[in-house]
Amino acid sequence: MRVQEPVIFQRGGPGLRGYSLPPADSTRRAADLVPGKFLRQAAAELPEVAEIDVVRHFTRLSQLNFSVDTHFYPLGSCTMKYNPKVNDKMAALPGFANIHPCQPPSTVQGAMQLLHELEQMLCEIAGMDAFSLQPAAGAHGEMTGMLIIRAYHVAQGRQRRKVIVPDSSHGTNPASAHLCGYEVVTVPSAANGEVDFDAFAKALDDEVAAVMLTNPSTHGLFESRIVEIARAAHDQGALLYYDGANLNALCGLARPGDMGFDVVHINTHKTFSTPHGGGGPGAGPVGVKSVLEKFLPAPRLRKSGERFDWDHERPASIGRVRSFYGNFGVLVRAYAYLRAHGHEGLKRNSRAAIINANYVKEKLKSHYDAAFDRPCMHECVLTAERQLQHIDKAALQIAKRILDFGFHAPTVYFPLSVHESIMIEPTETESRRTLDRFVAAMKQIAEEIEKEPQRVLQAPHTMPIRRLDEVRAARELNVKV
Amino acid sequence: MDYIPNTDAELDSMVRDIGVSSFDELIASVPASLRVPRLNLPSPVSEPELQRQLSAMARRNASLDQVLNFIGAGAYEHFIPSAIDHLVMRGEFYTAYTPYQAEASQGTLQAIYEYQSMICRLTAMDISNASLYDGASALAEAALLCLAQNPRRKTLLLSGGVHPEFVDVVRTYTQGLPVNLVQLALADGATRLDDLEAHLNPDVAGVLFQSPNFVGCIEDMAEASRLAHGAGALFVACVNPISLGILAPPGEYGADIACGEGQPLGIPVAYGGPWLGFFATTRKIVHKICGRLVGKTCDLDGQDGFVLTLQAREQHIRREKATSNICTNQSLMALRACVFLGLMGKQGMQELAELNLIRAHEAAEAIAKVPGYRLRFEQPFFNEFVVACPLPAAEVCRRLEAKGVFAGLALGGNDLLVCVTETKSRSDIERFCAALREAAK
Repeated sequence: MRVQEPVIFQRGGPGLRGYSLPPADSTRRAADLVPGKFLRQAAAELPEVAEIDVVRHFTRLSQLNFSVDTHFYPLGSCTMKYNPKVNDKMAALPGFANIHPCQPPSTVQGAMQLLHELEQMLCEIAGMDAFSLQPAAGAHGEMTGMLIIRAYHVAQGRQRRKVIVPDSSHGTNPASAHLCGYEVVTVPSAANGEVDFDAFAKALDDEVAAVMLTNPSTHGLFESRIVEIARAAHDQGALLYYDGANLNALCGLARPGDMGFDVVHINTHKTFSTPHGGGGPGAGPVGVKSVLEKFLPAPRLRKSGERFDWDHERPASIGRVRSFYGNFGVLVRAYAYLRAHGHEGLKRNSRAAIINANYVKEKLKSHYDAAFDRPCMHECVLTAERQLQHIDKAALQIAKRILDFGFHAPTVYFPLSVHESIMIEPTETESRRTLDRFVAAMKQIAEEIEKEPQRVLQAPHTMPIRRLDEVRAARELNVKV
Repeated sequence: MDYIPNTDAELDSMVRDIGVSSFDELIASVPASLRVPRLNLPSPVSEPELQRQLSAMARRNASLDQVLNFIGAGAYEHFIPSAIDHLVMRGEFYTAYTPYQAEASQGTLQAIYEYQSMICRLTAMDISNASLYDGASALAEAALLCLAQNPRRKTLLLSGGVHPEFVDVVRTYTQGLPVNLVQLALADGATRLDDLEAHLNPDVAGVLFQSPNFVGCIEDMAEASRLAHGAGALFVACVNPISLGILAPPGEYGADIACGEGQPLGIPVAYGGPWLGFFATTRKIVHKICGRLVGKTCDLDGQDGFVLTLQAREQHIRREKATSNICTNQSLMALRACVFLGLMGKQGMQELAELNLIRAHEAAEAIAKVPGYRLRFEQPFFNEFVVACPLPAAEVCRRLEAKGVFAGLALGGNDLLVCVTETKSRSDIERFCAALREAAK
């Protein structure tokens, strides 16, 4: 059934109100207190609706979404795992949700202790010496990390111009490097899906400030020559940056710090299951080896005896990357998640995530080509090249058709290094029963593509809306009511 | 504990189905030398233990409902309607991700479209993006956009009234670039427009002002905007969204970019985050705008629907040529703001802003009558103002804290930055004044 919900501006009517405020109980008005030239000429044309209109409107909108709570959501590289409810309950405690960032440190020691313990746990998990919790998301962490690397080279006496990224990297990697003033050098992947070591070695020179890697890569593969890569980079004086987007494969198994990475960011909304919120908020803590600690964003959390405070005197710091101390509410959830799991729990998660991804890959090999026919880590990359014999833009068509089976689509057309890529990340919080149903649906789609392609090309058939005209959206830009 | 819905036996049988003899075979590419035997993490706890431990940690913090708080300084205590938590906690919003698959994400997409519409109406701008991390990073993105729009110009003029942490973030974001950042002087709490004029030249890419500014004063944004445009620079207005219920919106005075901290729009202070950076521009610079945008379009049957649009600006397509590196934003916080603005509506935003203005002025007048205290500036203000105390402001804060009152933010010397929102009643203000009187003795 297709249901449309009109925009909120079409609900309600003049004079309706969805709020109640204490009376001003004053004869004075804005014009009595502020010169007329500073005042608004006409009221903002916001909705005029009753509370029930608002509640029904947004409840109905919510029902038009797929989400982890309602659907299997195997969006590759996004780690859409189950978000434990207790974490939200803890973050909502007044002692966490209703504290002001400028209130005296003596009145927020519990919050500071939590942040301190979280920093310590992240150091241990990533194999790093110090963490800053300030960055608000993964890309924000990347920018922070690249500025730290830049500050390091400047302190060494030479800024260096280039940053190496593999062609399989997340788009944020080159974008973050560019934002920090670097020229981006892209190196290709080898046939086995790992970084082409020879091409990498050739690109490496003393103008390279950093090498940015995701490990496992977006091909879902562990870079087995990572230690050699790190050595080669370090020999040239370059630093190694770890994009933590895929850390869910390795938690409790292996640590970026031990592989030779100098700077890492962690996506708490992926690995540590803080909810994705329809696109955020996340948190992107950044960890470094001790030689880089002085460059971390200011202020730094400091423990003196049993007391915590904020150290603002950090002359070598790159400075702030956002106001105050980071996405605290998200960090509370990550802390709770880690306390619930401990090392054993994290290790079990990674193991189950890897088993689930390999299970899906093996089961689908009969109907789809694996981009790399070898065991994968926490996600697998397929290619719809076989399906291209029958239909155009096959990965896109498959993504639309799978929605009809009640599954969110995998990531498609990413990584860019794999033609017609379909990237599936089941995560550890899916049961074998769910995976079997997903596999059956994917196989049915492959068969439909051969036998009744129209069924796939017209998909989705069961969603609130049919395929949308994206070209028109960009051409006739309509971004507000 | 963990949240794995397969038993160990099931996982073992899946390993066999995969066709390998053991799990270790799946991770053979991870060199043995890199395997970590034991992490030094606290032992796992059950849910009841977790709740107990975290509740104890939370109780060690003085939450604002236990004290009388007059601190603002970039984080504002406002009333949060109950319906907001109820709606945003719906799993369908809360546990979804970026709406790449439009057909399965119409709820999030339409909500963002409505958010964009409301921000445009509140700021009187043409285009709003889907959100940025916070007000400080939004201002930094605005600075970058000024430079991108005027590639030959390398100077940015920042009002001395911009929140110091926002200035720090602009500095951080631009440190890898050849940029000259200049801060303009204040006089009586407001930016000196003659200082702005003196610094304007053909190298200035953007002029960035905040109003109300960090010390609470309302700036003459219209005049600043006129001067900036006269020199061919863009004008950026960093504003408090609640104040726009009564104060002139950036679009009315010709701002090219309006941005700011959206936290006052129904988002808890939560020790500084997660909050919301809002960001809106004129139509002229839409192709350089950072972050996600939702656009309206139609489906194969001609039915209205929503998609992410102009994605060719973004990092997942353009990589190093993208207009920003942002990916994950603060979508759920934008949803909070959207529900907040929906509930408050046209009349509520006016009433709320006026209530802030009135209570803050009543408080300022009452404090100025307490012997030894006076208002530091004569400029018009909204809900925040600086009080010159008869003793060091830090000492005032300490003495009032002992009485369960957070007096404000000590700015150095005797200056105290005080914020009064609609959450304060007249009797709260009386209690505050009595405590100030006591502190001065």
